[in-house]
Formats: sequence, structure tokens, C-alpha cells
Amino acid sequence: MERNALKKDFMVLIAIVIFYAVIQVLMQTGVIGPYYSLNLILMCINIMLAVSLNLINGFLGQFSIGHAGLMSVGAYTSAILTYYYDMPLAVALIVGALSASLAGLIVAVPTLRLKGDYLGIATLGFGEIIRVFFLTNDTVGGAKGFFGIPKLTTWTWAYFVMVLTIVVIKNFINSSYGRSCIAIRENEIAAEAMGINTTRYKILAFTIGAFFAGAAGALYAHNFYTIQPEQFNFMKSFDIMTMVVLGGQGSITGSIVGAVAVTLLNAALSSLAALRMVIYSLLLIIMMLFRPQGLFGITEFTIDQVLGRRGRLGKSA
Amino acid sequence: MEQFMQQMINGFSLGSIYALIALGYTMVYGIIKLINFAHGDIYMLGAFAGFFAISAFHLGFIPSLIISMAICALAGMFIEKVAYKPLRTAPRISMLITAIGVSLFLENGGLLVFSPSIRTFPTIFPVKTYSIFGGIVKLTVKDIVVFLVMIVMLIILQYLVYRTKIGKAMRAVSFDKDAAGLMGVDVDTTISYTFAIGSALAAVAGVLVGIYYNSVWPLMGIMPGLKAFIAAVLGGIGIIPGAVLGGLMIGVIETLVAGYGNSLYRDGVAFAILIIVLLLKPSGLLGKNEREKV
Repeated sequence: MERNALKKDFMVLIAIVIFYAVIQVLMQTGVIGPYYSLNLILMCINIMLAVSLNLINGFLGQFSIGHAGLMSVGAYTSAILTYYYDMPLAVALIVGALSASLAGLIVAVPTLRLKGDYLGIATLGFGEIIRVFFLTNDTVGGAKGFFGIPKLTTWTWAYFVMVLTIVVIKNFINSSYGRSCIAIRENEIAAEAMGINTTRYKILAFTIGAFFAGAAGALYAHNFYTIQPEQFNFMKSFDIMTMVVLGGQGSITGSIVGAVAVTLLNAALSSLAALRMVIYSLLLIIMMLFRPQGLFGITEFTIDQVLGRRGRLGKSA
Repeated sequence: MEQFMQQMINGFSLGSIYALIALGYTMVYGIIKLINFAHGDIYMLGAFAGFFAISAFHLGFIPSLIISMAICALAGMFIEKVAYKPLRTAPRISMLITAIGVSLFLENGGLLVFSPSIRTFPTIFPVKTYSIFGGIVKLTVKDIVVFLVMIVMLIILQYLVYRTKIGKAMRAVSFDKDAAGLMGVDVDTTISYTFAIGSALAAVAGVLVGIYYNSVWPLMGIMPGLKAFIAAVLGGIGIIPGAVLGGLMIGVIETLVAGYGNSLYRDGVAFAILIIVLLLKPSGLLGKNEREKV
């Protein structure tokens, strides 16, 4: 059994590396043009955002809609480091992610007393306050935006940071910490009664989620040469939430599929201009009406299921 | 002093408009626990309905207001029937996502149909200023119209909620949906009426904004919608006087911040106040603290 699991992990690792190498070669040889590589990188960033938000919304069950604000902290911090101090991307990424997790901590500690929609509104408020902060800060360009950020994000960076995000969050959820988080989601009062320190786990999950949102923001900033506060408003938070809900709250593979679907949809509809958002919103409504729990619900998609073997079905396999 | 009084007047006008939108939020939230993000766009729809009634059909203020209210009431009921009703038993977040979807649909549909340009609302009231208290306070006709309409609407709403059968049904459903159903209240119809009344109030706010700021455009509902929601939460969501108090507070504070500080801080300050109030009083200023049942 132990050997089997190890073998499976090894095979997954091989698959991850092969997928990377194939795309990398295709990009280098020019088979995948700049437009498609841009969207592939964006896809990785969106997956990071969706998976990290799913930790808070799906597994911890805390309704948070300020993810774009946390993302912007990572984006701006890292951009300042590379633009003003010529730091390499690795340093900017880590510092950006850390400052976002600090922001997540600042959001989490006071708002944890709030429940449900009230928590959602408070996190939305924090996200907007962060946006106004950058909007009024002239060293980062204010409302005009922060220009001239070096383009350092490559497919390699985006892909491996994304893989790292998924691995860390997946392992967190499958650990006893993650089990505690799921217990809090299912019934907070019962979890508290069973001796789970709910505050501690909430803060932990918020901080980890914010960390990866910050990393995603850093990659985002270094992919696009310019960032503006308006790109991180509550509509962006809704966008990330849409990916999570579309895939299924409480399913990591669901979040990945949701993020990929939203990115593809946006790319496919991009030539339609105003009509794009109308179609997007209609699809969103139809999806919710016919499958309100999302594509995957709380089940994970595994290779065993595809091959028809009875795998580790059920919650977060 | 003069400037301060003037800011207060402007703040109260803006606040009255927020309060009208917040009433719709609070009623819908009170009855089906949904943050109806599309409410701000209903307000946009109301503004456009009023705009066309006045500029294209040359109707007066009152008929335009009534037409706009009717259109929005129907739109609100239609949206509820198509998008929210099938999801009553689904997880709450799916309904919220649907509301966001409806909001995006109305905004972008509006951009397609009405074009993204800002339209100038025709002037229908004389531009005249009254000085009272020896010139300390200056009131424009627009300010007076906004206050009067707001007060009339509040009286009508108060009458509807506390003196009519449908109001009684609304209060019953918001107290306990299942028990109200068992007692013979038609829950679906009641929810439908709630949407109609809330949307009609948003329409009033839309027409008033058109008159007050002389402009309408398809994305005008986003920020006021959010601000009105803050106002509703601030006063205690589900409580009608709370929505009015919250709306006036947000309006006044915003005007003061814009008048004395930096207008860019306006949005941030509104949210900061909301968070502080929520931390001190999680159920809002007029809300009662409910103990959670195990």
C-alpha cells in the first residue's frame, strides 16, 4: 500500500515535469505564440488564486471576498522591489507573498468574530481599503497605475510556483490542520466543543491563503508591465470567487478546472468586447441554476476514477 | 460654518438617495438572506427609465417617476422569478454568485443597449436657491425635491409594511419563512412583492440621482449599490429605520471626507467605518444581538 502510494506520487511528478517540458519546448519553438503563452501564464496565476481562495472559502467555510486586495498587496510590494531596488524575481515573489500574508493576518484577526455575510462584507471592505490605499499612493503611480515593471514572469516561474501552491495547499488540507479546518466548516460550534482552537485555524488558513494570493499577485505584476488599482477591485474578487464556485467549493481539482474554464472563456470571448461580459454573466447564471454546487461539488477528480478503479473517493482524496 | 452647513445639506441629499437604495437591500436581505448585488443595477435601470420618460416622451416628473417605478418593480420580480427562485434550497453562495451574474448581465447589457456614453439628464426643476436661517443654509430646488420624495416614500413604505396585509405577510416571512408558510402565508408571492417594492424604491433613487447630478450611464449602479449595501449593514440589515440611518450617515460622511479631505479617500472611509461598526456591533447600529443556537 505504502509502495503503491509512493509509486503514484512519482508518476504524478513525472507527469507534471513532462507537461512543463512539452509546453516549454512548444513555446521555445514558437508553436505556441505570445498570445497563447500569455494566457497559459494567466491560467497558472488564476489557478493559484482559485486554489488559495478555496482553502478559505471551501475548506474553512469562511466567506471571504477580499482576495483581489491581498493579491494587489503582493503585486505592488514585489513591483516596488524589482522596480526601485532591482531585486530578482525570487526575492520579490517571497517578500510580496509574505507581505500579503501579513495583510491577510491583519484582516483575519479583527474580522474573525464576524460570521457569514458579515465576514464577507468586512473582507470586501478591507479589499477596497487596500485599493484606495494604492489609489492615493503616488510612489506607485496612484490611479494612473504603476508603469515599467520589468517583465520577469516566465512560463517556468508561473508553472512551478503554481505546482508548489497546489502541493502545499493539498498537503495542508490532508493534514490534521486541514481536517480541523473542514470540521470548522461543517459545524463551528461542534468543532469548538471538540477542542479545536477555531481562531488558530482560521488565522492559519487566512494567512496561507493570503500568502499564495500575494505570490499570484507578484507573478501577475511581472507579467504585464503595468498594474492599476482598478484591476484589483471587488469585481476581481468576484472573478476569483466565480472560479472557486464554478469548480466546486471544497475541491482542489474543481478549483483548477474552474480557473482554467474561466481563463479559457475570457480568452475565447475576448474578441466580442461588450458582448463578452453578457455571455459570461449568462453562462454564470445558467451554471448556477443547473449545478449550484459547482462542477465537482466537494469530490476530487482522480486518475483512478478515470481508469474506473475504485480510488480514494469522497472528500478531498 | 457656512461651508459645513452646505456640506451637510449635500450629504443629506446624497444620503437620502443611498437610503432609498439601502431600503431595497435591507428588505430583500431580511426576507431571503440574499445580498442582492443586482440591486444597484436596478437603480441604474430606474435612472434610464426616468431619463427616457422625461427626454423622449416629455413626461412630467411624477408620471416619469411612476413609470420608472413600475418598470423596475417588474424587472425586480422577473429577476427574482428567473434567477433566484430556483435556488431557494441551494447553498447560499450559489444564489450570491447568481446575483453577481445578474448584476454583470445588467451592467454589460446596459453598455450594449444604452451605449457606454454618459447622457445628460434634462433639467426639469428651476435652478433656484433658497436661503434660510439668514443665509447660513442654502437649499436648491433639487435638494428640496430629494428630501420631499424621500419622506413621502418613507411614509408610504411605513404604511405598506405596518398597515397592510402584504406588509404583515412580509414581516411574518422575514421572521420565519417556514412557520409563515404553515400559517397560510403565500411565501412566494410575498417574496415577489418584496422585490417589487425594493426595486421600485431603487427606481426612485435612480430618477433622483438623474435629477440631482444631471447624468446617467450604464455603470452608475456599481458604487452606489455597494455604498447602499454598506449603509444597510451599518444600520443593521433587515431593519427599515436602520437602512435610512445608515444611508444618511454614509452620505454625510462621504460628503464631508470629499469636502475637507481627498475625494479619493471617500470609498475607503465608507468601508473603514463599516468595519469599525461591525467590530463593535456585529449586527449593525440598530440591530439586536442574537445569541446563536447550538
